[in-house]
Amino acid sequence: MRFITSELISNAVKNLIISSSINLPEDTRKSLKLALEKEISESGKTVLSQILLNADIAELENKPLCQDTGLAVFFVEIGADVTVKGKNLTDAINEGTRAGYSEGFLRKSTCDPFTRKNIGDNTPAIIHYDVTDGDKLKIMYSAKGGGSENMSKIKMLRPSDGKDGIINFVVETMREAGPNPCPPNIVGIGIGGNFERSAILAKKSLFRELGSRNDDDELNEMERIIFEKVNNIGTGPMGFGGIYTAIGVHIIKEPCHIASLPVAVNLGCHSYKHGEAVI
Amino acid sequence: MNIKKLSAPLTDDTILSLRTGDEVSISGTIYTARDQAHFRLVKLIEENKPLPFDIQGQIIYYVGPTPEKPGEVIGSAGPTTSYRMDAYTPTLIKLGLKGMIGKGKRSIEVREAMQKYKAVYFGAIGGAGALISKTIKDAKVIAYEDLLSEAVRKLLVEDFRVVVINDAYGGDLYEDGKKQYENKYINR
Repeated sequence: MRFITSELISNAVKNLIISSSINLPEDTRKSLKLALEKEISESGKTVLSQILLNADIAELENKPLCQDTGLAVFFVEIGADVTVKGKNLTDAINEGTRAGYSEGFLRKSTCDPFTRKNIGDNTPAIIHYDVTDGDKLKIMYSAKGGGSENMSKIKMLRPSDGKDGIINFVVETMREAGPNPCPPNIVGIGIGGNFERSAILAKKSLFRELGSRNDDDELNEMERIIFEKVNNIGTGPMGFGGIYTAIGVHIIKEPCHIASLPVAVNLGCHSYKHGEAVI
Repeated sequence: MNIKKLSAPLTDDTILSLRTGDEVSISGTIYTARDQAHFRLVKLIEENKPLPFDIQGQIIYYVGPTPEKPGEVIGSAGPTTSYRMDAYTPTLIKLGLKGMIGKGKRSIEVREAMQKYKAVYFGAIGGAGALISKTIKDAKVIAYEDLLSEAVRKLLVEDFRVVVINDAYGGDLYEDGKKQYENKYINR
């Protein structure tokens, strides 16, 4: 058994939130540079170079990349041998969230759905838990922005729709989204599970390293096909026209019900803010 | 490409000189408003009450910045997605609003109002909040302070780079751009 204090967790969460909102991950930077090299549209190139310049300024001036510092979304893997002392894990993460958004001068974006009154401290965080072997606590964080989230979709396809049905649904979702989700996007796709599980898988897929191969050959090929089709839509960087509407397509697949074929598409913007900490 | 320099607020002559796809540099005074501020502005109009600022010729920037650190003029301040303001925008255009800065598609109703009353919709680069904040030289909350980030701010901007998405002639850069680059990715 290993004891971890809730203070240690809150502090790690706070630091993770502040650094992720400012520093563009290296894989994202690399993918954007590659897109800039290959983009054929002049306005698309201008947008991509401004996005990269924005990342430089954010880092240099310690300023958030984007004014939308998101809802705080966490994927937490807790080792079975870990015991949290002090507050419970959920409270510890929310406390870290409160501190991170306040001390980091980040925008608080949680509000009541009806009155639209701001909650004021960006809680509650949205937390997905997994229990793993061992004595480590892994916390993955995403500052999930509203623009790309609003263009995300879920559909319960018929099993007979098959892989083609999935591909069409993803491409149509991207066509409809157009310039709204801050392209070029990371297209996160969750296939299988059930209604809510497919959405969680889609969100989780956004954490995979950009430019990396899918371990599953069949899914890797499907990602390649979708990447090509999405980039043939013509939307381009910020929708000004171009061949980079996506910088990555990530799929996670899990078993589903014999009657169902759930598919979820969760979009990450061009500067998808995320990071992880292992305690 | 030639960059057209504009000073805000705007005149009809300026509006009519702009075309979809033009790269523009804006300097002058503009106002911020997003979801809840729009809701309140339109409510005031419906109740025949005065607005917190004279909307004639003005540009509204759809933004909810991050809180400024001590010594900063403003936090990160990139555009938010504009379609959420579509329900309120024709009312404001009718009253004299001349420009909007945001990102993403507008509704048919907004585009028709822009043609009828001569207004322009500019696109800024979404997600470039740190970069855009450098063009903002002064910021002051002038209404709805309780809305925090969503409060209405009066901004002084210098060389704020944007692109004309929808002009007063019915042009749409999103449609043009998509057509031009459709099916161009293959074999790259």
